[in-house]
Amino acid sequence: MTYDPMAPENSFQGLILTLQRYWAEQGCVILQPYDMEVGAGTFHPATTLRALGPRPWKAAYVQPSRRPKDGRYGENPNRFQHYYQFQVILKPSPDNLQELYLDSLKAIGLDPTVHDVRFVEDDWESPTLGAWGLGWECWCDGMEVSQFTYFQQVAGVDCNPVSGELTYGLERLAMYIQGVDRGFDLNFNGRQGAEKITYGDVFRQAEQEYSRFNFEHADVELLKRHFRDAEQECQALLTAGDKDGRHEMAMPAYDQAIKASHAFNLLDARGVISVTERQSYILRVRELAKGCGAAWLKTEAGGAVAA
Amino acid sequence: MPDFLLELFSEEIPARMQAKAADDLRRLVTDALVERGLTYEGAKAFATPRRLALVVGGLAARQPDRHEERKGPRVGAPEKALEGFLKAAGLASIDDAVVQSDPKGDFYVARIHKHGRATTEVIADVMPDIVRGFPWPKSMRWGSGSLRWVRPLHAIVATFAAPQEEAEVIRFEIDGIVSGDVTRGHRLHAPGEIRVKRFDDYVDSLQKAHVVLDAERRRDIIRADARTLAQAQNLELVEDAALIDEVAGLVEWPVVLMGSFEPEFLEVPDEAIRATIRANQKCFVLSDPATGRLANRFILTANLDAADGGAAVIHGNERVVRARLSDARFFWETDKKIRLEDRLEKLKSITFHEKLGTQYERVDRIARLAKELAPLVGADPQKAETAARLAKTDLVTEMVGEFPELQGLMGRYYAAAEGLDPEIAAAIEEHYKPQGPSDRVPTAPVSIAVALADKIDTLVGFWAIDEKPTGSKDPYALRRAALGVVRIVLENGLRLPILKILILALVNYIYQGYPDIDEQHFENLEFLNRIELIKNIQAAVTSEMRSPTIMQGAERFSLRKGGNALVNLIYFMADRLKVQLREQGARHDLVDAVFGSSAPSALEGEGKVRGDGGGSSGQGAAPTPEPSPQGGGESAPASGARQNDDLVLVVRRVEALAKLLATEDGENLLAGYKRAANILKAEEKKDGAGAFEGALDPALLSDPAEIALSGALDVAEPAAADAVAREDFAAATSALGALRPQVDAFFDQIMVNAPDPALRANRLKLLARLRRATRAVADFDRIAG
Repeated sequence: MTYDPMAPENSFQGLILTLQRYWAEQGCVILQPYDMEVGAGTFHPATTLRALGPRPWKAAYVQPSRRPKDGRYGENPNRFQHYYQFQVILKPSPDNLQELYLDSLKAIGLDPTVHDVRFVEDDWESPTLGAWGLGWECWCDGMEVSQFTYFQQVAGVDCNPVSGELTYGLERLAMYIQGVDRGFDLNFNGRQGAEKITYGDVFRQAEQEYSRFNFEHADVELLKRHFRDAEQECQALLTAGDKDGRHEMAMPAYDQAIKASHAFNLLDARGVISVTERQSYILRVRELAKGCGAAWLKTEAGGAVAA
Repeated sequence: MPDFLLELFSEEIPARMQAKAADDLRRLVTDALVERGLTYEGAKAFATPRRLALVVGGLAARQPDRHEERKGPRVGAPEKALEGFLKAAGLASIDDAVVQSDPKGDFYVARIHKHGRATTEVIADVMPDIVRGFPWPKSMRWGSGSLRWVRPLHAIVATFAAPQEEAEVIRFEIDGIVSGDVTRGHRLHAPGEIRVKRFDDYVDSLQKAHVVLDAERRRDIIRADARTLAQAQNLELVEDAALIDEVAGLVEWPVVLMGSFEPEFLEVPDEAIRATIRANQKCFVLSDPATGRLANRFILTANLDAADGGAAVIHGNERVVRARLSDARFFWETDKKIRLEDRLEKLKSITFHEKLGTQYERVDRIARLAKELAPLVGADPQKAETAARLAKTDLVTEMVGEFPELQGLMGRYYAAAEGLDPEIAAAIEEHYKPQGPSDRVPTAPVSIAVALADKIDTLVGFWAIDEKPTGSKDPYALRRAALGVVRIVLENGLRLPILKILILALVNYIYQGYPDIDEQHFENLEFLNRIELIKNIQAAVTSEMRSPTIMQGAERFSLRKGGNALVNLIYFMADRLKVQLREQGARHDLVDAVFGSSAPSALEGEGKVRGDGGGSSGQGAAPTPEPSPQGGGESAPASGARQNDDLVLVVRRVEALAKLLATEDGENLLAGYKRAANILKAEEKKDGAGAFEGALDPALLSDPAEIALSGALDVAEPAAADAVAREDFAAATSALGALRPQVDAFFDQIMVNAPDPALRANRLKLLARLRRATRAVADFDRIAG
């Protein structure tokens, strides 16, 4: 048998490509990562906004996710401030979503006849997005490899129809499939010998640099200003875009909500937010997200009928 | 008689919800059937991760027929009335009704025969509402539907089958799901459709399809197989009932396997290993009888017969366990690098409660209180103070951050690793105890001092800001804290002036300058007059604490009248005590009777109590901060709270009373007492309350029976009072019990309400005296019978 560098068990990128191909075959549009800093794949408008309104939607994409507080200066081989999520959203959630998910594991080389896959209760909530859903964490041989959620509410709006959301933790899944214990040791490109590029080769330096930034150097006053600016801009766009029962700028407004959320995450990492302030920041972002959700419902993609 | 089989097949139901859901299903369905006149012989419900099932056995095939008569209007009534009657009774014409005569005239009567409906129809009728209204703790919608269930509901089996007969499918539809006779087996092993007829073949088919329907059986399999695997390695399974329940709710087909990890990880304390493996992996740990410690093995429960015999599953689980244990070892090693004492500073940044300050301030209060309590419980004050200061420091260790359930325990390990005094190390763990009614109570003196201080500080603080538990809401577990205090005091036989300790705890808050403490709740410490209170507070305030703030606080609290938070708190503890005593079999009314009695206060016997306690208070260094309010003149009005704050005495009194009432003398005395009390009550209504409380006139005693009772009381009353003062409650109750013959004779031979008013008043005074005498022990009014 010849060695296939693109096989999911041989390379990180092979895993991503396999998942993309699998979900493309299920009719998903394969999107690229959203070009903004977000804390999770759910923030991508392809999930947050598209989960709202009556229109069917199927999408899959990789989303680089930034959690400034999780940085460890590259010293912890499994804890990163930047990592990848593979996100799938199917609206309405199909009856066979669990089977589709299990088949995707099979596609990346997890043979269901020898691996123990389990759906363990885990309800999901995002206070900043005003979103929650019920579902499970999916365990493979005792390791959590995915999150499986039926969205009930997003941006404060009840989801109808309900979307099914799958989130694969790519690094962890790849570590399991490649059989390595340290994230930095993941084979990224599937090559061997001198041509081999590891996850650490790609990201270790970034982890070090961003940890310095996140924890020590990010300018607090500037971030606070950014937060206020984004908040104001979001509100301004929500007002300006609202015309005759329709909305013309829901998406740009939502970008500003994302910006505010990331500024908050950085401030949090800098350790300058007290417990009570924290709550108030979260509420402010949620208000923005709610405004954007309401605006989205007044757009064509949000299901508003032509005036 | 036919059986009804029901299965609701869904995506994975959370393990913690399964048992209750099965129970709810059984209750809802059988209630609905009974309500509709359908009886049954038995019903049993089951749950697996993917299905709820119910069998109702011995059901009637139909509802019984019903006959009823409905009386209508008078013959010759207006057309409108007749129409209304026909419509209501469901008759086509008035000819279908019969005419009946009664004294008021001739009336139409409809005779309605209602044929009972087939049970299958009734079931089809009631099921949709039961499913739609099912009481899941959390439910959800999915796809484009509107139905709510715990997770998406996919199929419903509903069959009705009499023995020897074809099974019938009961059809109904709920949001597009049509009931039928098709289910599925294990997700991997038997994903195809399975047709079922009745309960027996249902269970068999599922078993063949790798589904063990009964959770009890799944638990048995897991337990038995785990033990077998353990024994094969000469190890013992560390039993964990809650974990077995959970794991049995995660699998339909339990396959028990054993994994191992590197022995180096055993450097980590056993409890941390167990917490790691249990919380993250839902696996069991094993102990090695040879060492008494954990073994480097664990038991996992898979949900399949793996094609490779479980090799991949074990390998995968081992990898995760290894990763988690290396985290745990990392926490253990790094935590030990910082001394507990050096962690205190970090507690300043953790809020305990926004109105009650930081954890640091809390620890400061607990340490002061523990030091004060130490001599009363025979502990070294310095050790108690140190233990209290360190008691919460493990909250800021990595290990406890990861596994909050290890709080206290890790503190103990870290304290031991630092070489701290073993009594201090033990107290750090045990100060949280008892956690619940069945948890162990600390018995080591230093542990007792810190455990009491911790709980009392919390109780007083939350009472001070009026955050008492209400109904089922008790977010700060204050009931548990109060019960903890009660149990620690009783089980260690501690003689503590609780009320004064509460005041000390309150003083700690005042000292920290908590103006947020709601003053109005303390406005009226009615039970203490202000002199006594100021004395208490001044005595509690050690010289280092003496400051204008605290003196003002003392002044403030003592100048008001009305509120009574601390008294309320004592009553709250008394309630816990009642619950506790009742659970131990004491009669509820006796507990009430003792709490209602006007026996002298333990507080006043302060000096003596301390002397009895033989505490190590005389160590010289610390000045005795306790007051000794001996000047009798300033004592406050009587109050149950302050008299009964010595819980040990309350219990002894209850016991003595129970003994007395178990005797014939006691029983008759009680009867006599009740008679006396009733007469007094009636006569006091005429003459005014307290009319007979004065001293009687011996010269007016004429009948031998009343002379005898008076004489007996002359003996019994001081004897009972004296015995109570000696805390010899058996003697007190038997002194009262000795009154019985005179009481009996009195009621036999004497007419209380004599025509001569002076004689009547004198006799009533005699009865009032009897009433007072019994109060020394208990309020007999509150005793039932």
